[in-house]
Amino acid sequence: MSLFNIDTDRSKYPQPGEDGKLVVDLDSHKYVKLWQGPNHPGVTGNMALELTLAGDEIVQAKTHVGYLHRGFEKLIERRLFIQGMQTSIRMCVAEPDTNEYVYCQCVEELSGIEIPEMAKWIRTLVLEMSRLQSFLRVVPGQGGTTGLGIGVQWGMYMRELILDRFEELTGGRIYHMYFTPGGVRGLLPDGFKKRMEESLIEIDDFVKRIDDVMYSNAVFKKRTVDVAVLDPRWVDKYGIVGPVARSAGFKRDVRKDYPYLIYNQLDFEAIIMNHSDIYNRSRVRWYELQQSVDLIRQIMAKMPDKGDFKAPTPNVLHWEIPKGEAYVRAESSRGEYGLYMVTDGSDKPRRVNLRGPSYTQAVCLLEDMLVGANIADVHSIMVSLQTCPPEIER
Amino acid sequence: MKDLINKLSKAYELSDVVYQRPNFTYATANKENVISLITQLRDLEGFSHFVLLSCVDWIEDNIFQLSYILNNPTQKYDLAIRCMIDRKEATMTSAHHLWEQIATYQRELKEMYGIEFPDSPRLNEDFILEGWDDIPPMRREFDTKKFSEETFFPRERPQSNDPATYMKNKMHPDEWDNTPSSKG
Repeated sequence: MSLFNIDTDRSKYPQPGEDGKLVVDLDSHKYVKLWQGPNHPGVTGNMALELTLAGDEIVQAKTHVGYLHRGFEKLIERRLFIQGMQTSIRMCVAEPDTNEYVYCQCVEELSGIEIPEMAKWIRTLVLEMSRLQSFLRVVPGQGGTTGLGIGVQWGMYMRELILDRFEELTGGRIYHMYFTPGGVRGLLPDGFKKRMEESLIEIDDFVKRIDDVMYSNAVFKKRTVDVAVLDPRWVDKYGIVGPVARSAGFKRDVRKDYPYLIYNQLDFEAIIMNHSDIYNRSRVRWYELQQSVDLIRQIMAKMPDKGDFKAPTPNVLHWEIPKGEAYVRAESSRGEYGLYMVTDGSDKPRRVNLRGPSYTQAVCLLEDMLVGANIADVHSIMVSLQTCPPEIER
Repeated sequence: MKDLINKLSKAYELSDVVYQRPNFTYATANKENVISLITQLRDLEGFSHFVLLSCVDWIEDNIFQLSYILNNPTQKYDLAIRCMIDRKEATMTSAHHLWEQIATYQRELKEMYGIEFPDSPRLNEDFILEGWDDIPPMRREFDTKKFSEETFFPRERPQSNDPATYMKNKMHPDEWDNTPSSKG
C-alpha cells in the first residue's frame, strides 16, 4: 500500500478546449486561485506566480514580473559608456561579474580594443570565482527547498570565503566593478593565491559533506527524483541553456563552444546528464561547482605573475564609439548570458539589451512545467531552474 | 558560412552583411521576408537555438530595427537578421509559432515600444509595467527625466525633527524646560 494515497484520475480536472486553451471556472468552487509571491519565502526573488489549483495540484500557472523593474536598459541609453558599467552590473545581483564582462567586451569589440594577456587571465579567474560563489548558494539552496537547512548554512559560510577573496581583490563583496573597458583595475594582491587555496580546501570538504547530507538523503531524493522532468524537446522550443539544458543531455557550454578569454587553455569538459529532473539539475551544478574549483586552481597555476593589465583607452569622458552592433555571450552559473549593444557614433549606447537565461526559463518554461506539479514542489522547481527575476525586467 | 549567406542573399535579398566575427554575421532582410527566412534557417540550416529578439529605435529615420539573433549549436555559428519597420505603423508578423519563447519577447516589445504582433499570445497582457498609460517608455521620445520630475517631484515630505529633541518633548513634555541641558 502506498504511503500517499494519490488519486491519479485527472478526468475531473478541467480539460483544454478544441483551441487548446484551458478555461477554469472558478465559480464552480472546484478550484482555488493562489498567489505565490512576490513576498514569499518559496519564490526566488521578486516575482509572483498566479496559480490555479485543483486540490494541491496546479492546473494553470502564470508568472508575473515587474516588481523590480528599474529601467536599467533605458538609463544606460542616457549615460556615457563608462557610466553604463555601474548600471549594467546591477541587472543581476547574484552574479554581477558576468554583466561586467559582457558589457566591457561589447565596448571593446565595438571600439577595436584588444585587452592584454594578463587581463584575460584575471578576468577568467574572476568569472570562475563568480560562478563558484553562485553555485555555493544554489546547490545547498536546492536542499533548503525540501527542508534541509544545514546545507544552506554551510554553503553561505563557504560563499563568504569567496566573497572575502573578492573583497581583497576588488574592494567589494557583491558588486566589484573590477573589470573596466580595456582590462581590469589591478593585479592580484600579494599572498592572494595562498589564501584562495586555503578557501578552496575548505570548499573541497564542503563538497563531500553536501554529497553525504543532501544527495544521499532519502527525503531529498523522494522530493526531487523524477519531479518536474524536462522534456528534451523543450530545450530549443524555450531557448533553455546552461545546467538545465546540460542535465537533459545537451552538450552546450559557451566556454567550450565559443571559447573566450583564456578558456581554451584550460582543461575541462562540459558536464551532461540524460534525465533532467530536479535531482539531476542540482547534481549537474554540484559537479560544476567542483569544476569551478578545479578551473580556479588551473588558472592560478598557469597565469603569469605580472604584466600589463589594461590596454590604453580614449578619455572615458569623451569616448565616442563608431556605429555598429555586437552580441557578446558568456557562461554564467545559470547558462548563456548575453548582451546586445548597438552604437550610433555618439558617446552613449543607442541600445543595450541583456539576454539572461531566466528570461525564457522563468516565464514560458516555468509556466508549462508547473502544470501538473504539486503546490509543495513549486519552490524546488524554481530553484532547480535557478530563476532570477532581475534578468527579466532589466 | 559565406556560402550560406550568398545562398540566402539570392533568395531573400539580404543587404548590409557584416561579418563581425568568424562565427557571427549580421544581415538585413525585408520585413516581408524575415519570417520565411528564419523559418528556413531553423528548419533547413540548423539554427535551432533562438537567442534574442531585440528592438532599436532609430527615431531620426522614423524606423524601428528588429534584430532576430539565431544560433546554430552544431556549427557554432550565429546569424543576426535585422529588419526595419515603420515607426508610425509599427506592426510585424509574429514568429511565436517557430519558438514559443518569442511570444515573451513580443509581449515585451509591445509594452516597451508599442509594436504590434498580431495573433501573438497574451500580447496585450501587462508584462513588466502595470497600469501604464503613458507612451511606451523605451521609445526615444519618452523623456525619463521629465517623467520622473512630473511623477515624483515635488512631493510633500514629512517635517524633519532632531530625533533626540523630538523624543524628549514627546516623552517628558513637562520636564523639558527644567532639564539642565535645555538651560544650557
